[in-house]
This record gives sequence, structure tokens and C-alpha cells, in this order.
Amino acid sequence: MRRLLLSLVVVLAGWGGEAPIIVGGASSMAEAADELASDFGQGPVEVSVAGSQILVSQVREGAPLDVVLTADEATASELVRLQVLATDPIVFATNRLAIAVAPGNPHAISGIEDLANPDLTVVLAAPQVPAGRYTAEMLEAAGVAVTPSSLEPSVRSVLAKVQLGEADAGIVYRTDISRGDVAGVEIPDTVSPVAEYYAAALATSAQPETAAAFVAFLTTPAARALLAEFGFSP
Amino acid sequence: MPLRLGVLAGIGLALLVVPIAGLLIRVPWSGLGGDLAGSGDAVRVSIVVSVLATTVAVGLGVPLAWLLARGSFRGQALLRATVLLPIVLPAVVSGVALLASLGRSGPIGGLIDDLFGITLPFTTAGAVLAASFVALPFVTLVAEAGFRAVDRNLEEVAATLGAGPWRRFRRIALPQAVPALAAGVVLGWARALGEFGATVTFAGNLSGRTQTLPLAIFFELERDPEAAFSLSLVLVVVSLLVLTAARRAWVR
Repeated sequence: MRRLLLSLVVVLAGWGGEAPIIVGGASSMAEAADELASDFGQGPVEVSVAGSQILVSQVREGAPLDVVLTADEATASELVRLQVLATDPIVFATNRLAIAVAPGNPHAISGIEDLANPDLTVVLAAPQVPAGRYTAEMLEAAGVAVTPSSLEPSVRSVLAKVQLGEADAGIVYRTDISRGDVAGVEIPDTVSPVAEYYAAALATSAQPETAAAFVAFLTTPAARALLAEFGFSP
Repeated sequence: MPLRLGVLAGIGLALLVVPIAGLLIRVPWSGLGGDLAGSGDAVRVSIVVSVLATTVAVGLGVPLAWLLARGSFRGQALLRATVLLPIVLPAVVSGVALLASLGRSGPIGGLIDDLFGITLPFTTAGAVLAASFVALPFVTLVAEAGFRAVDRNLEEVAATLGAGPWRRFRRIALPQAVPALAAGVVLGWARALGEFGATVTFAGNLSGRTQTLPLAIFFELERDPEAAFSLSLVLVVVSLLVLTAARRAWVR
């Protein structure tokens, strides 16, 4: 029993290896963040994925994160206001919104105006999460009144509801449809707001140099190329 | 009591009490009224959904409990395990299972859609279904225990006096099981009221339609944490009242 407890402690403390820095990544860039972590090359990185707003809550309540990647300016400036950052947040990637539709696009949706059709089951991200905020902003600017069937807790659950066939359409990120496992309709740059991804190292990091190096790595050509593979723009 | 047991019991108690105490400390008491008033829709949806789900769970759970208590058939143990499954399943798994079967593209949900043009996801009925799914085992479990405790001699006497099976159930067994049934109703209702994972997964989240109190708390936490604390307090108080009531009904 005692030995078991001891080995548990050893595992939890990560003995026998270099302690990784922990990067809190916005859910919409889960896959890209994993790849960035493995390509970093200046020390081990662990990625903890959550919605941007949840990441902010985690930081506020003292979670041991070293770097935070959030999906909008609002969450980034909340971090600034909390005075927990080592440096000002930088924009390292951008994204746009897109419409996810059922395979083969049976309702022939070609733009956001089509989503106003009351016969369609449309799901959107809740306005509490960045994707939902961008969506609300875009629909309002375009003067399109969409009656959503559900305001989902994350952009990924919007995607799931469309993939499962429960919803006819949903507004997600362009990167979500560029992976090709869900049918999508692009929203022109003139209509879609730009989603900016912010990175910042936390002042509370136990490894401030590595944390700063990771943030710097995000704007290198190698990282840019990798982000582009996932559909992000610089 | 041995010291080491006492210490562990104390830590155990702290594990249970500390989070609730922490919540009480951070509830913004002065803004409590406003936070609750702002969540009228969620309160209304919660009441409608939990009451309907409890009705469904009692209507179906009592017959199931009777079957389990009085039946003697092959596969009874398997049936009981099946009935209890939602108690141990993570709620999100219940939601995924409901989506897979009763979603628009699920085998049964698709059939319902084709025949009646009704889809359950994203509707209040869907939220009721999710809550019924998780409440049913609680009602069944407690009611079964109640039926098992019924004095069968009385039923046999009634039978010799010419009472049929339905009459014996209705007039002899059911009245004796009332305290257990009441406890089952209260526990089932509390479970339905607290349902989150299956609801958000299967029924989605829309204010006034499927957003129950637990969902409102989850989303408020990201917008206004203090409001989330206030709403959480409501559910803590309701849960405490429910436990007290259930215990009374049970002990009586």
C-alpha cells in the first residue's frame, strides 16, 4: 500500500523526466496545439484543452498553466486585466467562421442568409464562448435573424450536432471544416469577422524562459507552416 | 473509535463539506435576489422538466419495481442491472446513448420523425426524456425495496376473499409501499432536477426551452460567476430539503 502511494506520488510529480510546461489551448485549436507542442523542441509541453473562457477561469483560480492560447480578444484582455501575464498577449494565428452542413448539403445552403429559414434546425455556439460571440457579431452586422435550436457550450459541440445529423447546419470555424470530416460552406472574408488567437506566458510560470520560448516559437516560420496546415492564417 | 479511522473519517467529512462551505462563502448574498430573478426562465424550465420527468419515472418505475419485486423469471438479475445502469453511467454517456437511439438520425428517433414528424433533440420533450432516463432507476430501486417489505400474508388473505391481482396490488400492496414510493418520488425528482450531462448532450441549451438550472449555472459561470454561485446555492438548498424529506418518508 505504502509503495503504491509512493509510486503514485512519483508519477504525479513527474519524477525521472524534465517537468513539462503546460499550455492551456482554446478548444478550437486542439489538434494544432498538440502538433505545436510536439514540434516545439525546447522541452516537453503538455496541452490542456478547454474553452477560452474556461481557460481564463482556470487561470483566475490558480491553475498551474505556463502559457495560454485563447481564441478572442475579450478573453485575452481579461487575462491582462487579471494581471497574471508575464508579457502582453500576441496574436499568432487568425481564423474565420464557416457553416457546417450535413453531408452533401441537402438543404443547398450557400450563405448565412439561408440560415434564417425557420424550417432548418440550426445550432450555434453560446455567446459565452468566442465562436458564439463572433457568430452573434456577424449575424447582427449582416442583419440575418437566425432562430437557433440550441446554443452549444463549445464550437466543437456545434460541429458534433451537425456531424451526427441532429442539426441541419451550424456556424463553426473555417478550420473545423477545412479538416474535411464535415461538409462545409465558406463564409466570405467580407462577411465573417476575423477570429484572432492570442498567446501569452503566465507570470506565475515555474519555467518562465521555456514559457516565453514557446510563445516566441508560435510566430516562427515552422509554426506558421504547421498552423496553415490546420487552416489557420497568420 | 481507533484514532486512524477517526482521522480518515474527519478528512472524508472535510472533503464533502469544504466545497459546499466554499460555495456559501462566495455566494453574493446582496445580489442573490437579482440573480434569481434573472434566471426565471431556467427555474420555470427546471420545474416543468423535473415534474414531468418524475411523473414519467413514477408511471413506468412503479410497474417495473413490481415486476422486479414479485416476478421470478429468467434474466431477472440482468433486468435489474439494466434498470440500474443509468445510476452508474456518466450522464454524458446517457446523453450520447439517447442521441444515438432517439436522435433524428437514430433508428428509433428517425422512425418517430418519419411517422409523426416529431424530433426530440433541442425540445423540452427531449429534456424531459433525458431527465426521465436518469430518474427512472432511482424511483424503481426505492419502490422495489418498498414492495419487498409489503406483508404478503395480507395479499394472500385478500386473495382468499376473492380479490384479483390488480385489486390486491391497488388496495393492499400499494398503500403499504407509500412511504417508500414517496422517498422514490423525491429522490427521482431531485435527480431529474440536477440532470446536466444528458440534457446538454441530447436536448441542447436554449433559454426558455431546454436550459434548466444546472445548464444555466454552467453557462453563467462563464459570463457572471457570482450569478452561478447564487443559482448553485438554490440547488444545494433544494437538495438538502429533498434529502430531509426523503429520509422522513423512508423512516416513517
